[in-house]
Amino acid sequence: MDLTGELEALARSVGDAAGPVVAVGARTQFDVGGPVPTDATMVRAPAGTVRFEPADLTVTVGAGTPVRDLDALLADAGQEVPLDPRDADATVGGVLAAGLSGHRRLGRGPVREAVLEVRAAMADGRMVKGGGPTVKNVSGYDMPRLFVGSMGTLGVLGQVTLRSRARSREVRWVRRRDADPRAVRRCCPDATCVAWNGTDTVVLLEGHPADLDIQADAAGLAFSDPPVWPSGPHRARLSIRPGAVVGLRDGLDDTGAQWCAEIGVGTVHVAADDPAALARARVVAHGVGGWMLREAGAPELDGFGIELPNRALLRRIKHAFDPDDKLAPGRMPL
Amino acid sequence: MGDLRGALGADRARAEPLELTMYARDAGTEVGTAAAVCFPRSADEVAAAVRVAARHRRPFVARGSGTGLAGGATPVGEPVVIVTTAMNRVLEVDPDERVAWVEPGVLNLDLSRAVAQFGLHYSPDPSSQQACTIGGNVATNAGGPHCLARGVTSAHVLAIDVVLADGSTARLGGLEPDTPGYDLRGAFVGSEGTMGIATSIAVRLTPNPPDVRTLLVDFTSVEDAAATVSGIIAAGALPAALEMMDAEITRAVEDYVGAGYPRDAAAVLLVELDGSPAGVAADEALVDEVARAHGARTVRVAADDAERELLWKGRKSAFGAIARIAPDYYLHDAVVPRTRLVEVLARVYEIAREERLTMMNVFHAGDGNLHPLIVFDAREPGVWTRVHDAGRAILEACVEAGGVLSGEHGIGLEKRDAMRMIFGPDDLDAQARLRDAFDPEGLANPAKVLPRGSRCGEVQRVPEGVWI
Repeated sequence: MDLTGELEALARSVGDAAGPVVAVGARTQFDVGGPVPTDATMVRAPAGTVRFEPADLTVTVGAGTPVRDLDALLADAGQEVPLDPRDADATVGGVLAAGLSGHRRLGRGPVREAVLEVRAAMADGRMVKGGGPTVKNVSGYDMPRLFVGSMGTLGVLGQVTLRSRARSREVRWVRRRDADPRAVRRCCPDATCVAWNGTDTVVLLEGHPADLDIQADAAGLAFSDPPVWPSGPHRARLSIRPGAVVGLRDGLDDTGAQWCAEIGVGTVHVAADDPAALARARVVAHGVGGWMLREAGAPELDGFGIELPNRALLRRIKHAFDPDDKLAPGRMPL
Repeated sequence: MGDLRGALGADRARAEPLELTMYARDAGTEVGTAAAVCFPRSADEVAAAVRVAARHRRPFVARGSGTGLAGGATPVGEPVVIVTTAMNRVLEVDPDERVAWVEPGVLNLDLSRAVAQFGLHYSPDPSSQQACTIGGNVATNAGGPHCLARGVTSAHVLAIDVVLADGSTARLGGLEPDTPGYDLRGAFVGSEGTMGIATSIAVRLTPNPPDVRTLLVDFTSVEDAAATVSGIIAAGALPAALEMMDAEITRAVEDYVGAGYPRDAAAVLLVELDGSPAGVAADEALVDEVARAHGARTVRVAADDAERELLWKGRKSAFGAIARIAPDYYLHDAVVPRTRLVEVLARVYEIAREERLTMMNVFHAGDGNLHPLIVFDAREPGVWTRVHDAGRAILEACVEAGGVLSGEHGIGLEKRDAMRMIFGPDDLDAQARLRDAFDPEGLANPAKVLPRGSRCGEVQRVPEGVWI
């Protein structure tokens, strides 16, 4: 379907708004980033498939398309875009704007690698295209990457073209207790996720079944359910040098938060009933030069919690695109 | 010059005619004029040189080996050219975390050689990998045959220490998976030196695959070869590399290196599969089946490393081979959706006929990344006009098919004015805003990437005296 009319309407509503404008998807990640004004004009990107050509490995959708619908569309052609939000009701635009990579980042790369072209409504009501619709492109500046993780503060994503890929022949969760997760990872070249909570190493293997058998055997891994990701009213992710993660086990245990780390990536998911546990987890991250991003609850843990690197440059970029701080003010405290 | 010599020493800040001439261009066709050439040995010296330039409101242009083909390193506006080739140390390798910190002047292939002892390599492999630098790769977001499955430079750069246009330093990105704020690292990669100069780069290293299989498939028509490319991808295989060579270049290469390519083929595909053994074997069977279904004459599988290297030698010798046919060549770079390859290739050959030019095609078919190669003799009167007209027509055909201007060479000067073919005024304005946020004075590699007048409602601030 052609979304030109819907995109024009989106740009108009952004441009015409006198006060703050906030893009809303399915609100599954609405707590990520700082709070936005409650009186803001809420805008929504259109949903729907614009173009899907399986042999091109590209798919163009409205940014308001639920990931669940995108997954279903691609599955019919044996393909996927590994966005992997925790909640598949999330919209494609929401996942990109929040910029939180899914659990298969080790094998499939960060979420930013999935984006080829964006069309975004700018603060002044113009619709801007960045990137290009092909799987390879160096024509001009990399606007799509700038928008991933920008939390709606530079423009409102209206339509995006994503890189798809063939689904693996087999996908299999396997597990081992009390192993060195780094050694497990080394045995498993076909691992797309190695999750570790300090006790259990839970691995997602993707590939040819015969290869997966060999790797699981070599690492002593047995069939398993998926890992239990930390959940609770207060949730966050730590971003840590991957090499530092294993050494943090005791420190993380002592926080009182549930935690699960992505080995080889450096993301540690944490959750707790008590926000103080998250505050302690943040200190653990700071101890190794990392930081914590709040995902839900714990409003007192807003912001980056560290002296923001390159603040002046980040502010200049924000000012260049949104001089009046109209788009999601407060969302990304610069 | 006095300030530059004071900052770097007389031997590292030069303005002799020989140096100025040597650094007046890259491997493209555009020639500029440098005012001075610097050879810093450290980030501090790069910053010092940039500060001198900024103080005098003089533009500066960073360059590595100068293998770029789009004029990205061509000095415009009598800038200070800052050459990074003396900064060529691999600073640190962490084999466990598969990360290396390198200086920008490290050659692409030297990096892979330096980490080979750990069973690792650096994945992006541009054809110029023996000569091109990692800093240049970052500037152009370079690709290569093996970027089909694993992505181009941007996917392999974790962090960049840069000197910004005012001489200040910054770390963009980091070894942590996420960085607070916008993805400055992502914006910098591929910015062709217009946002600052990389002085140290953290790259992701890739484990050597457990198994590799290289196949040479030959066809009696270009259409069959192109349809096979789409067929392989549609069937669910993602080769590590999927390269196509047409009849002309196949013959030229075979005459040159004798790699055993069939001289009478209309097109050949070089397919490389890698990964775990059972997956590779299954993909090999799939490629074989798809190729034969599309009329492949033979499917030759390299029996050992020696044969594999020979097959790749054919592909990588393409540019040496054509030197025997005509003294000059013009190499294009554009991308089309993979499914439009057949029709666009047909149009490319038609353009060659219309302009009476010899055209060869050797390219990254799996990505839809075309590299039409025009071979000619520049001494022939009027030939340059035809070469340029053909180039323009090829770009138009690619854009019409839903493609883009460049897949891996970049925009530079060569395609700057073609940017309007794919971007409207608002799109270009947004890109100009991003560039200006990094470099408000417009001193970093001016006049590149964005066409004049990209900024809405203002006269473009090209520094005084800029040559375009």
